Amino acid sequence: MSTLAYALADGAVIVKRNLIKTRRMPDVLVWTTTAPIMFVLLFAYVFGGSIKVPGTNYREFLIAGIFAQNIIFGASFTGVGLADDMTKGIIDRFRSLPMARSAVLIGRTVSDMANNSIAIAVMSITGLIVGWRIRTSIPEAAGGFLLLLLFSYAISWIMAFVGLKVRRVEVVNNAAFMFIFPLTFIANTFVPSQNLPGGLRTFAEWNPVSSLAQAAREAFGNAVPYTSASHAWSLNHPVAYVLLWVAVILAIFVPLSVRQYARSTSV
Amino acid sequence: MTDMIYTSGLVKRFGDVTALDGLDLVVPQGTVLGMLGPNGAGKTTAVRILTTLLKPDEGTASVAGIDLLAEPERVREQIGLSGQTAAVDEHLTGYENLEMVGRLYHLGRRTARERARSLLERFGLDDAGGRPARTYSGGMRRRLDLAAALVAAPQVLFLDEPTTGLDPRSRAGLWETIRELVRNGSTLLLTTQYMEEADRLADNIVVIDHGRVIAEGTADQLKTEIGGERVEIIVEDHSDLAQAYGVLALFAIGEVQVDPETRRLTAAVDGGADSLREALHALYLSEVAVVDVGLRRPTLDDVFLSLTGHAAANGSSRGDHVGPTGPGEEETR
Repeated sequence: MSTLAYALADGAVIVKRNLIKTRRMPDVLVWTTTAPIMFVLLFAYVFGGSIKVPGTNYREFLIAGIFAQNIIFGASFTGVGLADDMTKGIIDRFRSLPMARSAVLIGRTVSDMANNSIAIAVMSITGLIVGWRIRTSIPEAAGGFLLLLLFSYAISWIMAFVGLKVRRVEVVNNAAFMFIFPLTFIANTFVPSQNLPGGLRTFAEWNPVSSLAQAAREAFGNAVPYTSASHAWSLNHPVAYVLLWVAVILAIFVPLSVRQYARSTSV
Repeated sequence: MTDMIYTSGLVKRFGDVTALDGLDLVVPQGTVLGMLGPNGAGKTTAVRILTTLLKPDEGTASVAGIDLLAEPERVREQIGLSGQTAAVDEHLTGYENLEMVGRLYHLGRRTARERARSLLERFGLDDAGGRPARTYSGGMRRRLDLAAALVAAPQVLFLDEPTTGLDPRSRAGLWETIRELVRNGSTLLLTTQYMEEADRLADNIVVIDHGRVIAEGTADQLKTEIGGERVEIIVEDHSDLAQAYGVLALFAIGEVQVDPETRRLTAAVDGGADSLREALHALYLSEVAVVDVGLRRPTLDDVFLSLTGHAAANGSSRGDHVGPTGPGEEETR
């Protein structure tokens, strides 16, 4: 077998291991699915009355933003999972085996993407209950879901690097929050970015999370036309902009994380 | 006979701390090397280097004839690791753990399953094989960990303090298992803090301190150097210490150790119970009142005292286990 084939086969073994763990210790999954439900209900009913988005129903506008935010939160579990493995010493076992160096990371990121798919399914159902509707075709909507998962997968690799570098579950959590909050709130996730003041508005317009939410809205047919509101290329070509970010993140963080893994030891 | 483990001048530093300071080891095929030393002596660092988890700063090493620095990925195919640096996944069952390890050794699905089943049986874990490892006792976990190291029937096995923290019964069980491996011709490097463990399991012993070998030989050669069992007495009165010292010196191999604080005297002897009886008789004739007496196997402290003149220097003080205890009652981690 080639190196790549080994990496994928070993990665699949690790995916299986992680999924067994998720099944036996479902608290991570419960957290990644109840938090989004909470967000949907909170924004739909508490803020929903006060926030007006011209040209669309706020709940429809909201759901894609919540998807975008929560899959990024979900990706932070990659770092938490790896830091946890590091402290348990199982990483030493893996590193002493003739398995591919990238396999643990491939396995981790893929199983976290599987968890994120479940979270998206739960959020979608909650959204449908509170009045969100997909107004396009199934293939278009599927494209939107796929883009969300792809972006979360890229973020997982950043979190993998953080988890391997920091090695402590609590610290990884805090570090992730510090990075995720501005990224997901200074964006058009919950409010249209054109209402933001100067600097924040520029940040929000070029924030890939805004483009992700915008792309998802377009895919689901929930979008407000941005033509007059923003001239930013990132919001007018959201899919291309998100894919560009995914490519750049993976190109940087896959080799960086694999190298960090090869060096890491539990002691 | 080929050397399955060979190191020359291994040096490893962590910041200001020199963990290994020119370590030389040779382990011929089919033999067991016991690496004896206190916490912080460099045992684990040596194992981590030899299992490719760490890179040495200086020196050369080969495992199963493969250069460790040039081809670490080929070394990994030939080794098994168990002990404090390895681990099992506590959420996976015993069976799932072993099957996963087999798959990661690229044994193929069927072989991995068969190996998992036969190892669980061999290690007396077949009943527990379907339960998550976190429900296992300490001894069961160690056995599972050892089984994981054996999944691919590796040529060279590394056991890093395999029995530290186990109760005496689990320890005896694990010793039996390891002895069986040895009978089947495995090449094994075993680190331990227990003289008794090295004595029972190893063909050759190296004593290491501050990252270098300070003594080596067979268990018998080492015992000749450090003496066999220890006679330990506590006299009733301080004023008898000198008298008792004089008496014990007649039977002792090497220096008699005196601790005035506890009125305890320790002497290495070579006659076992006979030496104890004779010593007691001589003390009786000298009218030395004895309040406690015992015969015990040499501990790591005794080894160090004999070899270096000082007790094992250690992060966590080992000075408090001079009592007549076997290794079974010690828990130092």
